[in-house]
Amino acid sequence: MEKVMSNKIVIALYVLPSLLLLLTVIYVPIVLTAYYGLNQWNGIGSMTFVGLDNYQRLFTDTAFWQSAWHSLLLALFSGVSLIGYLVIAMILSGKIKGANLLRKIYLIPMLLSSVAIAQLWLKIYHPTNGVLNSLLTSVGVHNPPEWLANPSLVLPALFIPIIWQYAGFYILIYYAGLKNIPETLVEAARIDGASAWQIATRIKLPLLREVINVTIILSIVGSLKYFDLIYVMTDGGPNGASEVMASYMYHQAFRSFDFGYGSATAFALLFICLVATWLIRKATASSDTIQYS
Amino acid sequence: MKTQAAASYPLGVSTRGRMLTRVGYAALYTLLIILAVTQLLPLLWLMLFSLKNNQEVFNLPPFALPSQPHWENYMNVWTSGNIGRYFFNSVLVTVISVVLTVLLASFVTFAITRMRWKGSQLVLGLFMVGLMIPVHSTLIPLFSMFLKLHLTDTPLSIILSYVAFNLPTTMMILLGFYYALPREVEEASVMDGCSVNRMFFRIVLPMTTPVMATTSIINMIYNWNEFIFVNTFISSDENKTLTVGVQNFIGQYTTDWGAIGATLMISILPILLVFLIMSDRIVEGIAAGSVKG
Repeated sequence: MEKVMSNKIVIALYVLPSLLLLLTVIYVPIVLTAYYGLNQWNGIGSMTFVGLDNYQRLFTDTAFWQSAWHSLLLALFSGVSLIGYLVIAMILSGKIKGANLLRKIYLIPMLLSSVAIAQLWLKIYHPTNGVLNSLLTSVGVHNPPEWLANPSLVLPALFIPIIWQYAGFYILIYYAGLKNIPETLVEAARIDGASAWQIATRIKLPLLREVINVTIILSIVGSLKYFDLIYVMTDGGPNGASEVMASYMYHQAFRSFDFGYGSATAFALLFICLVATWLIRKATASSDTIQYS
Repeated sequence: MKTQAAASYPLGVSTRGRMLTRVGYAALYTLLIILAVTQLLPLLWLMLFSLKNNQEVFNLPPFALPSQPHWENYMNVWTSGNIGRYFFNSVLVTVISVVLTVLLASFVTFAITRMRWKGSQLVLGLFMVGLMIPVHSTLIPLFSMFLKLHLTDTPLSIILSYVAFNLPTTMMILLGFYYALPREVEEASVMDGCSVNRMFFRIVLPMTTPVMATTSIINMIYNWNEFIFVNTFISSDENKTLTVGVQNFIGQYTTDWGAIGATLMISILPILLVFLIMSDRIVEGIAAGSVKG
């Protein structure tokens, strides 16, 4: 038994192909990104080593910090909206008829491609023929705004479809977590005379802590690296008003052909995501683990 | 919130309590249904304008039915552009990547959970850290690596990227399942003189069919909708997948709303169909894949 299950050749055959793929497609590129960031390079010609110049430039580049600020705003916005999803999942996990159908409906936008969602919302926001402004005009608004062309409206206008896309995902995660809580615990509390509010805050929330931590990380890190919808809908415009870190990196590398600076930005993005994960883990780490199964 | 939570646990004994419960329920349902409607309304609007001509789009109220459905919008976009080609590419890339990812992940997960070797935890750690790495921070080196290997503008470049980036999530879903497999199965097969390979292919793999189905669907949805890799690595129309192809196609049809609507509908229909048929599996899979992180 021991001998069969520790057959070196079989282990190598089973593990090495995937491991090599992981290393060459994910880990080697990360090291290269950090290295490219130390060079001046247009992507095709030869590289010139410039040391920390690109990273220094990053620190004084107001356009980059503006994009980082926008990413942070998105992260805060999605973080706060998690509270709403939690409330909805709590309601849904109660004795509600049709809960199954509802959570499936909520999930539908998440299954669609970002391009389809982006194109759909571009049409919704269309200044003259979009469904939003048509409705506004029909209730008597005379000059409805051009949502995506207005620098002060463009960010909120982009956040709404992003929220729309992911709402069902987080509701589903919370719902699954709530369904994992043994019914007996809730039942016992109820017999002891706990109110529904007490059951929700004293029993369900603490037991859901791990799940909540995971969703906070997913939503904040997901927001920091968010790209697709913004790239398709506004491409960072008008005039940088909706640029986020990932789109800024993409523009530097693949449009300005400044691969060195783009790499420095990409590395900063990775660094910020990892630091954010670490900070959230630290902030939410619990000294006492709750066990209920 | 208090009344909402209270309503989900009807303990109502008094008539007043029952009244409150009933009002509470009505409020809850309204909230849940409003949310469901918001998730579906944009898609309903898309479906409606895909069946209208421009005159109807611009002159009728947004949610009015067309005088007669213009199915020719669908015929026109299917025959005039490369949609068929993009569609075929999407199917090809998606199927190959899904099969490869699920097979490779099964191999690695089996070796890590069931076989005995030093370094298994380290390898597992490498894969799990991969979960946190943003695609964007590997994009520039991947592009230059593929360029050097003459892999840019080939389906292989995106297949390799999809498999590598999907391995960690797929393994995460498989892990729990593999840990739960009974040891007796292995012991019995070793007693009977079964080799590890035979055990894996004949006994373990068939036992994991349900979870493989779940991960396949999750992978399928991800690959079908993926944007940034295709947008960066693929330049010729001939190799584009539906997501990126649709984006460029719509760029040429900025004014024909019916054509745009039909194109978007074609790109999202396969996923919606799969969802209609397999929604339970998808919901379970998404929940399993995220909560265990």
